[in-house]
Parts: sequence; structure tokens; C-alpha cells
Amino acid sequence: MLPEKRAHELERRAHRRRSIDRWFGRLGMVLTLTTLGILAVLLLNLAVNGLSRIDWHFLTSFPSRRAAEAGILSAWVGTLLLMIVTASVAIPFGIAAGIYLEEYAPKNRWTDFIEINIANLAGVPSILYGLMALGLFVYSFRFGQSILSGGLALACLVLPIVIVATRESLRSIPAMIREAAFALGATRWQAVWHHLLPYSTGGIATGVILAMSRAIGESAPLITIGALTFIAFLPPPALHSTPPFVSFEWLFSPYSALPIQMFNWVSRPGEEFQANAAAAGLVLMVITLSMNGAAILIRRRAQRNITW
Amino acid sequence: MVWILRIGGWASVLVTFGIIVTLVTESAPFFAKVPLIRLVKDTMWTPLFSEPQYGIGALLAGTMVTTLVALSVAVPLGTILAIYLSEFAPSRFRELVKPMLELLSAVPTVVYGYFALLALTPLLQKIYPDLPQFSMLSAGLIMGIMIVPYVTSLGEDSMRSVPMLLREGAYALGDGKLGVAVRVVFPGAFSGLAAAYVLAISRAVGETMIVAIAAGLQPRMTINPLESAATVTAFIVQVSLGDLPHGSIGYQSIFVAGAMLFLLTLGFNLAGHGLRKKFHRAS
Repeated sequence: MLPEKRAHELERRAHRRRSIDRWFGRLGMVLTLTTLGILAVLLLNLAVNGLSRIDWHFLTSFPSRRAAEAGILSAWVGTLLLMIVTASVAIPFGIAAGIYLEEYAPKNRWTDFIEINIANLAGVPSILYGLMALGLFVYSFRFGQSILSGGLALACLVLPIVIVATRESLRSIPAMIREAAFALGATRWQAVWHHLLPYSTGGIATGVILAMSRAIGESAPLITIGALTFIAFLPPPALHSTPPFVSFEWLFSPYSALPIQMFNWVSRPGEEFQANAAAAGLVLMVITLSMNGAAILIRRRAQRNITW
Repeated sequence: MVWILRIGGWASVLVTFGIIVTLVTESAPFFAKVPLIRLVKDTMWTPLFSEPQYGIGALLAGTMVTTLVALSVAVPLGTILAIYLSEFAPSRFRELVKPMLELLSAVPTVVYGYFALLALTPLLQKIYPDLPQFSMLSAGLIMGIMIVPYVTSLGEDSMRSVPMLLREGAYALGDGKLGVAVRVVFPGAFSGLAAAYVLAISRAVGETMIVAIAAGLQPRMTINPLESAATVTAFIVQVSLGDLPHGSIGYQSIFVAGAMLFLLTLGFNLAGHGLRKKFHRAS
């Protein structure tokens, strides 16, 4: 081939490559925005169909056979109580496990096994936690179809999220911090409590918020342990005016939850119930999206404020 | 004091142990009654009928079809987004978009189910008037959207950890950006991407609410995504919604379905974990 012809050919190819690259860049941009657009459409759809149903009456009424009178009182109270149980189990156990595995555990077969176990646990379908809770908590431990069983099932479900978040934020602390603490005579325990935990609060808080947001939206495990969908009463109060003032009866009460209530409404025919479903979905979306937003902000701030 | 922490470490093992023991002990009476061969030989799954059939293939077919539909959305879309975000997008745009994409997997699945049944299905029915109210296509498509972030974020992480030197070498040889992405970065990050795909499969197989709401609750031996059919997970939901006496065949059958699901996802999860570790060691 003649030199100038060859140069021309090369130029033509380079030009073609550049235009392919430009097109792919555009395609990627369009697809990214489209994918995000689906989220927007989803929110918009819920808002259009459900926003008009959300008022004080909706938040303070029990479910009803008449769609227009139905509300989500028992559902959000149930979700709140479930979260109290879930948080008080999953957070301490998850953080403890994370600290143990990252700072204490010797490297051997047993810890390798725990590692694989956690990776698998994070991928176990949520409905299997429901089956476990049904066999174990409901029937073997005789907790019944109660807030306690539901809360424990959700706690097991989000445990790996808390463990992984704790481990990752501990791992991102450079070894020199530990070495400096040890050099000053600190025990491992003191190094963890005085130095490592304070530095990793941002990461752990992010993980905890994401875990709780996951638990709030989860419905499959609650359905398998038989969360009733028509609950027109609230669990007994935790505080009393007479001694001993505190009661844990509510732990054993039947309950409803926001996603369960929404599922119940979705599966009913009739546009009015579907409007209720959209309204409940909107409440759920606002809660989970704002929790996720908060988690993103906390992570950003934690990253920005620390320079090793 | 360390023992307090050690208990936490054991808790995770206890949960796995609890799941396995429950699945085994509660489904064992089922296998005592029903010969294993019937799981394979029967062509329908109707354990609650008076003349029950135990062909678990009918449930697995539903799971397989919805999973394949979901993957046909999530794998191409997730991979293109991963390539775009890692190689093409300006870094500020990427930092802005990544957390927003991850919100897609934070949406409660019951909300996705609602969306599939009441927004996507009517839309698809305009194109395909014969589409039934419940269809595996509609549920699978939405499920695909849900798992896009799993593919994208893991995929993008692994592509970005491919050394810059390799890219520069390819640029020096005159390749374009897309060529480098496809011929150098993609193969370099393949074990990470494969892990992302495998974990996405595991998600899709185990997803419950979207299929229970939008794909139908009737077990049916079909591979046509335009029909309605129950998945393994949807069957568990359907039985759980009814009255479920402890020890009845219905009660046992959901644990059989659960055990099946556990084995399936365990395989995918372990493969995904292995691939991910391999990728971390390589980089």
C-alpha cells in the first residue's frame, strides 16, 4: 500500500473509532438516565395513585373492608415495634461479630468457614429466614405468630449486612493506628474501644441504617410466619401507670406491618384498594429512600472528615 | 471480655445452622411419605389436592423462566452501565449516579410487585393484547430492573481495578475507548463480572414478592414467559397465606420447596463468593 494511502486508511479508522466511542458514551448516558427514570416513574405512579389517600385519617385508622375508611395505623405501629426487636438483636450481635472477626479472630479454617458462611448468608433468599422462623421461633420456641418471632426473623436476615459493614469500616483503618495504641501499652480491647470504634462509627452507622431500611421493606419472611393482614387492634402498651410500669406483653402480640398491609391491598380487586396500596407504598418508599439517602450522606461525611 | 464478641461471631453460624436444621427436620416427614422419584417423575405440583402430584419441576420451571427474563434485562443493561460508568462517564457524574442507581435495589420488593402488576402489565397488554393479568414476563422484567445495581456496582468496581497500564498499552497500539473497554478491561475484570452475574442469578432465584404478586400463584409446567406460573418462592407464599396446621402435608411441602431453594442459591452464592475472592487475589 502507498504510504499516503496507508496514512489515509489509518486516519479513517481512528475517526471511526472516535465516533463509535462517542456513540457508546451517548448510549451509556441515555441508558443510565432511563434506568434512573424508572425509579422516578415508580415514585410518580405511587404519588399519582396514592397521594390523595394520605391524610390524618389514613395514618390513624385500622384496616377496613371499606377501602375509603381503611388506614395503616396497625401497620405502621407493627413495623415500628418489629424494628425495635430487630435493631436490639441485629445491631449488638452484628457489631460484636464484626469486631471479633476483624480484630480478634485467628486466621484458621474456622474463621474461613465463618467468612464463607457470612457471604452465603447475605445471599440466602429472605423467604428462607421466614421458613426458619416458622419452624424454630413459632413452633419450637413457641413464640407464636408474634412481633417477637417476626422481629427475630428480620434480625437474622439483616445480621450479615451489619457484620459486613462493621468489618469493612474497621478494615479501612490503617494498621498504624492499632500499632500506635499498642506501642502506648493499650490492650487490644482498649485499642478497639478508644480508637477503632470511634473512627468507624460512620461506616457502622451507614451499615445499620441500610440494614434497618432493608428490614422495613421486607415482607416475604413475615408472610411465611403468618403475619395476619387484618389486624384492627394495637399491641398492648409497653408502659403502664401501675407497677411494674413496664410490660413486654406486646412482644407476643399478633401484628401487621406496612409491606404486609400493602401486599394485602395489592392482591385485592378494585381500584379503591389499589389506591390504598399505592398510598401505603408511597409511605414505604419515603421511609426507605430517606433512610438510604441518610446513609449515603453519612458515608460521604465520614469519608471527607477523615484523612489518615 | 472477648467472649462477648465471640458470641457475635457464632451468631452468624447459628443462623445458618438454624436454617439448615429447620429445612431438614421439617421436610423429612414429607420424604418419608413421598418417594423421591415422584419429585422428578410427576409433571404437576399439587401437594394440597386430594390426589396430590409432587412434580417440583413445575415450580422450578417458573423460577427458571422468571430468572431468565430478569437476567436478559439485568446482564446486558448492567454490563453496559458498568462499562459506561467505569470507562466513559466523567467522575463527578459517576459519583452522583452510583448511589442513585443503588436505590433501585433498596426499593421494597412489594412495591416492585405492585408496579409490575398495575403499571407494567397493562402497558404490555397494549402491545400484546393476549397477555394474562399475571405473567412471568412482567414480573421478570421488573425483577431485572431490581438486580441491575448488583451487576453494575460489582462490575464497575472490578473494571475500575484493572490497572491503568493495561489500558494505556492498548491505547498506544491505537485502539479506541470502547475497543479497550471490550478487549482489555472486560476480560481483565471478568472474574469480578462473573461474580456479579452469579450473585444476580441467586437474587433472581430467591426473589419472592414480585413474582408472588405479578407472575401468578398457579404452578404450571411451562417455559412460555407470556403465561402465568408459580415459582418456588411464590408457592411458599401462596401456601403461607392460607391456614397452615403444623405438621400437615402443606406445611411440609413449603419446607421441601424451601430446601430446594436453599440448595440452588447456596450453589450460586458459593460460586459467586469464590469468583469474587479470585478477583480480589488477582488485583
